[in-house]
Amino acid sequence: MSAILFPEYTHRHLLGIEGLVPVEVTALLDRAEIYANRNRSANKVSDEMRGRTVINLFFENSTRTRTSFELAARRLGADVINMQVGSSSVAKGETLIDTAVTLNAMHPDVLVVRHAESGAAALLAQKVNCAVINAGDGAHEHPTQALLDALTIRRRKGRLGGLDVAICGDVLHSRVARSNIHLLTLMGARVRVVGPRPLIPSGIGELGVDIFHDMREGLRGVDIVMMLRIQMERMQGNFIPSVREYFRYFGLDREKLALAKPDALIMHPGPMNRGVEIDSDVADDFERSVIREQVEMGVAVRMAVLEVLSGNLASMETA
Amino acid sequence: MSLRSPGRVAYVNARLLDPASGLDQTGALLADGEHIVEVHPGAFTAPEDAEIIDCQGACLAPGLVDMRVQLREPGEEHKESMRSAGQAAVAGGITSMVCLPNTNPPMDDEATLEFVARRARLAGLAKVYCYGACTKGLRGEDLAELGIMAEAGALAFTDGVKAIANAQMMRRVLAYAATFDLLVMQHPEEPTLAGGVMNAGDLATRMGLSGIPREAEIILLERDLRLVAMTGGRYHAAHISTGESVALIRRAKDQGLRVSCDTAPFYFALNELAVGDYRTFAKLSPPLRGESDRRAIIEGLKDGVIDAIASDHSPQDQDTKRLPFAQAAFGAVGLETLLSISLELHHNGHLSLLEVLKRLTVAPAGLLGLDAGRLRPGGKADLLVFDPYRAGKVDATRFLSKSKNSPFDDRPVQGRVLRTVVDGRTVFPANG
Repeated sequence: MSAILFPEYTHRHLLGIEGLVPVEVTALLDRAEIYANRNRSANKVSDEMRGRTVINLFFENSTRTRTSFELAARRLGADVINMQVGSSSVAKGETLIDTAVTLNAMHPDVLVVRHAESGAAALLAQKVNCAVINAGDGAHEHPTQALLDALTIRRRKGRLGGLDVAICGDVLHSRVARSNIHLLTLMGARVRVVGPRPLIPSGIGELGVDIFHDMREGLRGVDIVMMLRIQMERMQGNFIPSVREYFRYFGLDREKLALAKPDALIMHPGPMNRGVEIDSDVADDFERSVIREQVEMGVAVRMAVLEVLSGNLASMETA
Repeated sequence: MSLRSPGRVAYVNARLLDPASGLDQTGALLADGEHIVEVHPGAFTAPEDAEIIDCQGACLAPGLVDMRVQLREPGEEHKESMRSAGQAAVAGGITSMVCLPNTNPPMDDEATLEFVARRARLAGLAKVYCYGACTKGLRGEDLAELGIMAEAGALAFTDGVKAIANAQMMRRVLAYAATFDLLVMQHPEEPTLAGGVMNAGDLATRMGLSGIPREAEIILLERDLRLVAMTGGRYHAAHISTGESVALIRRAKDQGLRVSCDTAPFYFALNELAVGDYRTFAKLSPPLRGESDRRAIIEGLKDGVIDAIASDHSPQDQDTKRLPFAQAAFGAVGLETLLSISLELHHNGHLSLLEVLKRLTVAPAGLLGLDAGRLRPGGKADLLVFDPYRAGKVDATRFLSKSKNSPFDDRPVQGRVLRTVVDGRTVFPANG
């Protein structure tokens, strides 16, 4: 095998943050930093991926993430195909592999996969020759979200290590939370999860986080308040009683935010449920809310990941 | 009854009984307005301006805290109103009662809780506190707003006389309640096993009545204790009735789980034979059990596994009780017999007087976080003066409760309430 283009990140795929080492994360963030600056200039498009084909394979609706990946790939000069696949409730594994085999025959270079089932991206990666990027699998991981969150934090705070980060809300169902916990603890941040007990998964303490069920205690003195989206359909029924009770005890408003550090950043992976997990007043606080910046960093991070993976692919092809 | 501040009142010549401190000594108690000022064992000179009440050697104890009462207001005022329940309570020596949410509409939101609190204040007798519902409409399907109801004054949460049968639902109730460190009280009875009308066994078979096996209680309790271990919740099993239940709670406590339980006088004073002749007033939920279970409940009270005794007051009118046994409603009134029947534990040599009172006062108050049930300077003057040895007979026709469905009617008892004081005001006897 010849020299790999990006020696700091040698993996074929990006299936999750778990298992990465700090130098790999730093390499991806450093690369994304360059794209973040370039995306703010008039000259956004380059040809690092010219001749490459990226397929966005989305078994679950997500206009934002798909658009972000699409834009990232186009800015690198790649051809992009979007495939919206209806997720069948029966024989999911079989359908997924069939799809993978079919797509593989078309020789894509990168598959960007979102699926409602945890582990789907990893399963698909075993069946194809191209690079696979996990764009969210069930309640497992969403690695590019964690990277874009990290990039946003690093640009604002200058570092990741030593920061206190509160991840608040529906941790149970959140792949964003899991990827962020892996990444932030890996990079030396202290992470706490905050939420009502039914929404905090058992054993999460083993991931190296502190657990809080009182939001005021959980926010005390933190540098970063990372809110999670709560899905409205889960608000009804068994997990939590109602929107208004959830907002009262676990919604981010000015009063609870006052317990965090005065310069604490407010983050949210979007789309937000205003008045459920976050008050508009806080979400739109230009001083502290970096929610729009997260979207911006999303394109840069995805450009970096696409470039690094296709670079590695090139090295492997010539090997 | 006057709402005027009573000023300074000295209760002299009393046998002071305070289970919280272990005090059992002759002496006096001085109250000023709503509060206790001094608890004074030994000789006592009352201040000149104080009204003197001579207890004539009778017992002076904290007013009873009844942690399990069914109100019928709103919804079924013909069975019991807030006022009649209050009158019955103070006649029974009860100064605080905690009511189940199974009113109509059920207490599953702050508005209903606040309505009940307002009505109780108007009645001005025993203090009324409420449980909030665990699930909306007591249907066992959707979590109720526990946090908001707790802020509105709900002391703890339960679906009342219905068990939360769905294990996933119970898990979420326990976990969610634990988020706010709230207590969850369960009616431990597996509903698919509890389709009968009396205790399952040879008596039910001979009477031709369908049985409720003891396992209905044991299985649900066992399941719940596993869920408590899993979620870290605070759990209270209501009115346990079997020996195995006592053993399960004992083991859970030994494991360090945050678990407590109560029983009602029916379950240590009666057994299933009380149902003989198809007496619907002895149709209870859970059903009266066999003699060995009755004895095991007494043992559980003796060694402290059973934390509290509650009346389990469940007023039913004639229309719902004067029916063939299988069709009659479950439940019995209990406010006015709570003390006298509980005192049988003392008279029969099972528990000391202080131990009996502990399970009726400071223990339930402690479980529910109420500042009540003790003789404490600075605390509210909620008091009970009673003669534990005066003999009498239960006469349901003289009950102040609107409903008269007591399985203890005509039972000879020892112990009579002489005076009940709430916030320094004598509320029983009413002309006292």
